[in-house]
Amino acid sequence: MKIFVTVKQVPDTTGKVSVKADGTLDRASMETVTNPDDLNAVEAALQLKEQTGARVITVTMGPMQAESMLRELYAMGVDEAVLVSGREFGGSDTYATSQIIAAAIDTLGLEEGDIILSGRQAIDGDTAQVGPQIAEKLHLPQVSYAAEITMKDNRLTVKRMLEDGYMMVQVKTPCLITCVKELNEPRYMSVQGIEDCFDKEIRILAYDDLKDHPLIDKTTIGLAGSPTNIYKSFTPPQRSAGRMLSGSTADMAAETARILAEKHLI
Amino acid sequence: MTFNSMNIEEFHDVWVFAEQRGGELMPAVFELISEGRRLADEMGCRLCAVLPGADVRHLAEKLGGYGADRVLVYEHELLKDYRTETYTEIIAQAVEAFKPEILLFGATNIGRDLAPRCAARLHTGLCADCTHLDVDTEGYKAFLRRESSMDVDNTNFDSPLFDAHRNLKMTRPAFGGHLMATIVCPRFRPAMATVRPGVMKLGTYSEEKAKSVEVLAPDFRLAECDVQTDVLETVKSALKQVDLIGADAIVAVGQGIAKDVEKGLALAQDLADELGGVLGATRAVVDNGWLSADHQVGQTGKTVRPKLYIALGISGAIQYKSGMQDSEYIIAVNRSDMAPIFEIADIGIVGDLFDVVPKLIEEIRKEK
Repeated sequence: MKIFVTVKQVPDTTGKVSVKADGTLDRASMETVTNPDDLNAVEAALQLKEQTGARVITVTMGPMQAESMLRELYAMGVDEAVLVSGREFGGSDTYATSQIIAAAIDTLGLEEGDIILSGRQAIDGDTAQVGPQIAEKLHLPQVSYAAEITMKDNRLTVKRMLEDGYMMVQVKTPCLITCVKELNEPRYMSVQGIEDCFDKEIRILAYDDLKDHPLIDKTTIGLAGSPTNIYKSFTPPQRSAGRMLSGSTADMAAETARILAEKHLI
Repeated sequence: MTFNSMNIEEFHDVWVFAEQRGGELMPAVFELISEGRRLADEMGCRLCAVLPGADVRHLAEKLGGYGADRVLVYEHELLKDYRTETYTEIIAQAVEAFKPEILLFGATNIGRDLAPRCAARLHTGLCADCTHLDVDTEGYKAFLRRESSMDVDNTNFDSPLFDAHRNLKMTRPAFGGHLMATIVCPRFRPAMATVRPGVMKLGTYSEEKAKSVEVLAPDFRLAECDVQTDVLETVKSALKQVDLIGADAIVAVGQGIAKDVEKGLALAQDLADELGGVLGATRAVVDNGWLSADHQVGQTGKTVRPKLYIALGISGAIQYKSGMQDSEYIIAVNRSDMAPIFEIADIGIVGDLFDVVPKLIEEIRKEK
């Protein structure tokens, strides 16, 4: 049994973010992190590994720099790390990305009983689309927004979160599950793991390794193969600051109440 | 006729996925119908709602009342509970049969599960979590003049590759709200989008439109063998969900309550009660378990635009501000005068919320 975990190295949008004059993101100035929801997926995979002895394989698509993230995942305890990388894949939207990752997982050998775990969404795009689209491309059932996963034989019981409650859903393997942060607390890298991770092999899947897969076609991958395109990008409007009150706390409270009354807000 | 998403001239009409849970339409559906009506009028086409479920036909009238010309009803016992696979099957069959030009979903947990799957099956593009939609380019320019720093008059809106004036322009926040991007899907149809609940304005309800809505029940194929998941149970949260989107006043708390969470929450609740409002929270407050997730405002929470927003002990990360900066009047209380929240507040008070809030409640009572 194998558990594939899809992961992404993302700019840390919670930290310092700078936008260039042309309205695009200055990526060079930003720290990169492993996408937070993906760490929940890795943790879920490692817990299932402890239960079943499954082999955990992380798969990412991105530039060669993503290797550093994969080494950290080795240090957490994954068994194999695969980097899908190639110029031909650049500029892919979610549709094209899911085609490529689906082809990669299929090439690595998706079998009966296997599971694919993804994070719910990545903090750079917040789309939550790639997981379900990989499932569609591989004809697998999916359960998204998983906050609990239990496994018995070849069945997973998943607590799928809704805005106003949850559903308990049972699904047979092979299947794809997307994970939310409530699922677990991702473990830290182990000391031994950190020591060993630099000797581990990162398997690279390049365009040539995937080009014969039926899902890979120049017309459905990369920038040219993406159904969606960016038309314009711009910085959001900045609401301008109003005024800072001064004086004692009592004065400021009284002034606030007076303004609220004047504006008929109370 | 065979279906090919590239034959874009064969596609017409604006569609909205009418999401219902347990036989009740989600509030976001009516916002989408209202927005869809506006787009259909710009394009001079029909607005249709697609309504899968079991015993849901009676909901069609309400969809008509908000502006749908036509409702496609797909009723089957297997559609009673939401399942990705059966709903995808129905949407795909409906799209293949009727070929809509635009297909909108609410960006709810279910909409965001279903839409990507449908887009992947139909081979078309999908834009997630949109906050603004345009077909008409002049309308898009007016939006940019209002809500961006772009030099609209010196920007080229034509494209050598596609007709920019006929394509749906889907605008959404990216990189945690640091950037806005407008996405197009020029080569495939339908152009698909999920739309963030709470951002599109609800139109007026018309009894007349409700009565005249055309209800169709098209043929479809669905069998037990299409079902791949078992829904064991659906549980509605016992706690009443807070209605952030419908509230006129929101009192929101952040890390500033950390030194005495219980007291901080009680003070915020007292202030909210005084204003007839509800409690909002930052992601950190929800992550710490101090308030439940339905209170969360911001990029990963809800987008709100109440008449009055009071931010207590909230520094104002961009992910947070993007969810509340369209509020009509913003008051911020924070101990640090450097807090970014003050950059968007109408009134800023530098001080400890534990001192300020009791005084504020006292003064509001006096003014009433």
